[in-house]
Amino acid sequence: MYRRWLWPGFAFPGVLWLILLFAVPFYAVVAVAFGSVDPVLLQPVPLWNPLEWNVGWVSEVLHRLAPGGNLSGVAVRTIEYVAIALALSVLIGYPVAYYIARHAGRMKNLLLVLIILPLWISYLMRMLAWVNLLAPEGYVNRFLTYTHVLSQPRDWLGGQPSTVILALVYGYIPYFILPLFAALDRIDRSHLEAARDLGASPWSTFRTVTLPLSKAGILGGAVLITLPMFGDYYTPNIVSQAPTTSMIGNQIDFYFHYGGQPTIGAAITVVLALFLTALMAYYMWTIHRAAREVPQV
Amino acid sequence: MSTIAERRPTEFSLLHRLRGWLRNPWGRPRFLVAFTWLYVIWSLVPVLIAVQFSFNATRSRTEWQGFSTRWYWGDPVDSVWHDPTLRHAALQSLKLAAADVVVAVPLGVLLAIGLARWFGWGSKPSNFLMLFPLVTPEIVMGVSLLLVFTHIFTFVPFGTPAQILGHVTFSISYVVVIVRSRLFSIGRQYEEAAADLGASPTTALTRVLLPLLTPAIVASAAVVFAISLDDFVISQWLSSGGGTDTVPIVIYGATRAAPLPSTNAIATIMMVLTLLSLFLAYLGWRVFSREERRAEAGATQTIAAFEI
Repeated sequence: MYRRWLWPGFAFPGVLWLILLFAVPFYAVVAVAFGSVDPVLLQPVPLWNPLEWNVGWVSEVLHRLAPGGNLSGVAVRTIEYVAIALALSVLIGYPVAYYIARHAGRMKNLLLVLIILPLWISYLMRMLAWVNLLAPEGYVNRFLTYTHVLSQPRDWLGGQPSTVILALVYGYIPYFILPLFAALDRIDRSHLEAARDLGASPWSTFRTVTLPLSKAGILGGAVLITLPMFGDYYTPNIVSQAPTTSMIGNQIDFYFHYGGQPTIGAAITVVLALFLTALMAYYMWTIHRAAREVPQV
Repeated sequence: MSTIAERRPTEFSLLHRLRGWLRNPWGRPRFLVAFTWLYVIWSLVPVLIAVQFSFNATRSRTEWQGFSTRWYWGDPVDSVWHDPTLRHAALQSLKLAAADVVVAVPLGVLLAIGLARWFGWGSKPSNFLMLFPLVTPEIVMGVSLLLVFTHIFTFVPFGTPAQILGHVTFSISYVVVIVRSRLFSIGRQYEEAAADLGASPTTALTRVLLPLLTPAIVASAAVVFAISLDDFVISQWLSSGGGTDTVPIVIYGATRAAPLPSTNAIATIMMVLTLLSLFLAYLGWRVFSREERRAEAGATQTIAAFEI
């Protein structure tokens, strides 16, 4: 009896904590999103019983997010920004991870430390650094006007989509490189040698051996950075204060902190969470399928 | 004579390399070397420039006008030391991080041990639940905690108490992941040996397992401390304003207004604290696992001796 309860007993406090402060809070969001609003105080009234749920708010949010709705622009922009930032992260991150895993030699440990270092520098500090650099008379503008790339300083922080996307890439790319590096580093060199021995060119070795074997790392890193990017609101707020670059996270932030309509904010949160769960499920399915396809050596 | 003779080939090979690089910049690693180092420069130099401007002698964050520590303690109004907002923010950040370590590390260690050893009904869902905070965007967690404290746990006031509960919630899973990887690499044989020698499960745990887990516990404490100092979203959603704003919240506010170099100064202080705590944890890890590494080296030597 004692032994049977020993290990669950160890897990119990942590599990209870996560139920009370992770699962129950999420249910509170759902209850508010499917709840009603007090007609006098305009405060949200959560409905705890799923049988009483009012789908009005969630369906309204879905209508607004659908083409033609007033949030559809934000939804499209969010997906666009995240997709471009992800593509840039892959383009920049893959060569870096590849070099460190494969060719860095004596420099490997030093480079790994330098790659991990940004993860331990506060995100806000790193954004502050770019705000300083991109200021109207900052180093970037001075350099570009000095080299005559720009004839006059550009207002980088005044709502440029490119600034927001670059800030997203800068903020999240280390989280992409690390799992990718781990995947590339795990690849058995004998596979590559086998490919070369069988007459494959370096390029076709890369295409037929390295790339497929690092697919799990690419996907893992991609999930790791897309999920938080979809919920990001502070990056666009810091590097651009214009509504023209607002993302879906900014809408949630707005409805809670400034707009005073927590019910709509909660409904957007529920829709966002469902969307991300679908992405996550797709990822799990791909990994599962890939694990079945690649025979274990 | 001999020096010249020795020197020539290097010069020649340098030239040769340069020519090869110009002729074929896409040749195997050369392009990658340059690309990787450019990436490293791009990822770190902006931060170094921000640190540099925290020592600027004037109010500018874009034009360097000489070294000074005025934004740390010299300026009687706006320095980190004298500005009450910045000082409170630093204290609040440290308070939350310390409380987070004290609560999340024990909870996470117990949870990691429990999840690694418990296979009965409920272990799978618990495992699943533990992984969720790692992939949930912070804004979703922020909204959930905000609503749970306004509608269910209304006895928890916003500000420090709510912030601590929130920080612990997102930290536990990190502790579990770090400790569990160590548990898997230790395996069960030491505990089983202890049990064979007559130790009760509790004795085996406190006398055998916990000492072996110490490096992982130290590492997870440092990681929790660092992610708590770094956290912006949860602190912001659960803040009650004023004195409960943390350093990231103050930096966020400042970037949206007109930041002074003192913002860079407080960000620099926090960065140094984070890196220092991680470095200390790394040293701690080495100290605590030294015996083990020595034992391992000893074992390989013994084996080698037998092979000879």
